[in-house]
Amino acid sequence: MSNNKVSRRQFLSYTLTGVGGFMAAGMLMPMVRFAVDPVLQKKEGGDFVLTEKKIADITEVPERVDFTFEQVDAWYKSDITNAAWVYKEGDEIIALSPVCKHLGCTVNWEADPAHKNQFFCPCHAGRYEKNGKNVPKTPPLGPLDQYEVRENDGFLEIGKAIPNTLV
Amino acid sequence: MLNKIYDWVDERLDITPIWRDIADHEVPEHVNPAHHFSAFVYCFGGLTFFITVIQILSGMFLTMYYVPDIENAWESVYYLQNEVAFGEIVRGMHHWGASLVIVMMFLHTLRVFFTGSYKKPRELNWMVGVLIFAVMLGLGFTGYLLPWDMKALFATKVGIEIAASVPFVGGIIKTLLAGDETIIGAQTLTRFFAIHVFFLPAALFALLAAHFIMIRRQGISGPL
Repeated sequence: MSNNKVSRRQFLSYTLTGVGGFMAAGMLMPMVRFAVDPVLQKKEGGDFVLTEKKIADITEVPERVDFTFEQVDAWYKSDITNAAWVYKEGDEIIALSPVCKHLGCTVNWEADPAHKNQFFCPCHAGRYEKNGKNVPKTPPLGPLDQYEVRENDGFLEIGKAIPNTLV
Repeated sequence: MLNKIYDWVDERLDITPIWRDIADHEVPEHVNPAHHFSAFVYCFGGLTFFITVIQILSGMFLTMYYVPDIENAWESVYYLQNEVAFGEIVRGMHHWGASLVIVMMFLHTLRVFFTGSYKKPRELNWMVGVLIFAVMLGLGFTGYLLPWDMKALFATKVGIEIAASVPFVGGIIKTLLAGDETIIGAQTLTRFFAIHVFFLPAALFALLAAHFIMIRRQGISGPL
């Protein structure tokens, strides 16, 4: 037999591998797509949540504002309360996320007596300046996230978290 | 590339004889449908195993979303079937496969019976096969409850009442199965889940291994 001909054994092994591979793929494809669904599912943009904070009461000192919204976690719905550090910068209202950019703990304003005028994270002593900029040589590698904000009938509304625009 | 990796491992570990032992075995003419088409009846055992593999795989994937809890079980099944991509397919595979595995196993049993393959020296393999049959029915029974809908609940009530009708120990069996003397509820669901995904599959693997080792040792029974 010349060497560019396909032998009977080769033909069989190609067709059997092909058919077997096709069947295995047909079986596994739905299951794998099923498993990776959380990565591919479209997330809806966050709606604005009304807080009980009056716009007029906001000062230049960051103050903690809690806001509650209904979170849909697959088949489980629950009310989640998140917080924001809110202050005025001139006429602009700034709302910073309290989630530390190091490993996700919660930061507090002036929680470390040694560092006034800074946010402090108790887990690994990460620090941020008032605008959310991380203090160099502390663990966080980036600035605190910012919340979208808007006013509704004199009260503050908080939207979704976006990357810090002040730093 | 693949050949090179294989050769590299084979040179060190000599793995060829291992898979040769598994893959190379005689397929006598009387069980080969290419020779006698009626020999397709010898395929039912392999088909049962094939569907069992599908059941194991689809079951593993279903537990990524399913929760065995009376508050959330139905909701999580609804979610995985209607909100997750291919959820209908994966759950469908498990749902229909469960019935099909029983059908295939029954046909396999009929083939073994009518070809007299259970006779000496294969009695032990018949006995193991009967145990596999029981484990499969157990898997079907416990899996039926897990979606926690009305059909599941009442099917399990009936099943447990049947078990409770056993003389003398019926009450104990009922409590053991349901986890409570009177309630079919939270504890029943977790129990059935544990039995369905851990205990029975473990028993099934052991029995299947015994079943396959025996058939390989004894070979396929002769023609009629």
